[in-house]
Amino acid sequence: MRDVLLVLSVFLASVVEGVEALTIVLAVGTTRSWRSTRYGIGAALLALAVFVAILGPALTSIPINALRLVIGGLLLIFGLQWLRKAVLRASGFKPLHDEVAIFTKATAKARKAGVAEPEGIIDDWYSFTIAFKGVLLEGLEIAFIVVTFGANQGSIPLAIAGAAAAIIVVVAAGMVVHQPLSRVPENTLKFVVGIMLTSFGIFWGSEGAGVHWPGSDAALLGVIALITITALTQVAWLSHLPGNLKTGNA
Amino acid sequence: MIYIRRFLGFWYHFIVGDDWRIAVGVVVGLSLIASITHVAHTQVWWLLPTMVVTMLTLSLWLTARRR
Repeated sequence: MRDVLLVLSVFLASVVEGVEALTIVLAVGTTRSWRSTRYGIGAALLALAVFVAILGPALTSIPINALRLVIGGLLLIFGLQWLRKAVLRASGFKPLHDEVAIFTKATAKARKAGVAEPEGIIDDWYSFTIAFKGVLLEGLEIAFIVVTFGANQGSIPLAIAGAAAAIIVVVAAGMVVHQPLSRVPENTLKFVVGIMLTSFGIFWGSEGAGVHWPGSDAALLGVIALITITALTQVAWLSHLPGNLKTGNA
Repeated sequence: MIYIRRFLGFWYHFIVGDDWRIAVGVVVGLSLIASITHVAHTQVWWLLPTMVVTMLTLSLWLTARRR
């Protein structure tokens, strides 16, 4: 069961980050140079592969309880950050993530940027740099989740498979649609991913600190249910407070 | 020096994010659980979920209050 939840969590997180990276890539690719954009993507993917290849085996060599305590704790801090932002977005205290708006802004910026003389195989350094940065930063979140989930569960290849499946789906959809995937319910996905990261963080962090969960693995479902109910209640509560973007009553 | 500060700043923002109190709460919570489990030999599986719910609620409330 943990394996299924692991793959699902990594898949959903990777879809979210993949959609964000795709928006940046499309913005520079369609307005400037696809050739340099592709080089930027390739260089970023290479850097991410090195990150996972070095960190993955290094982490799996650490004793499992110490690993779960440290990595579970990091995952919990990271997951709570996601969940906090998701609750603030859902309750109107933070603007919703809008891929079309981001695409429009990035496209305008790419058009305004000056043109430099082509150097070597890169004909447009702006496209290369923006694509590299976008893919690297969004990909780093995927890599972090892959490494922490995979190492804790003792199955990095399974986590990589979940991420790879998501990237294939996003890239295929991007190639077909050729515009930002604004119909992907990104804000809802971020909410779900925040719940999963937080729940796994609580579960593994506690295990690493010496806790034996009642019901063993089944307790993870209980933790997920608790965090889901908590987050939904917080959204309902905050939605009624003054100062949110929905009511506008500061 | 500026590169090291930027590098550390990036990782701080990447993992800790907007509210450092949550990170401190997680570290305190896990240390507390490890101490209770290994010293008092008591199972406190409920402690971290309780702390997380409380910390998240407090963090959200403080953010909402500032708006």
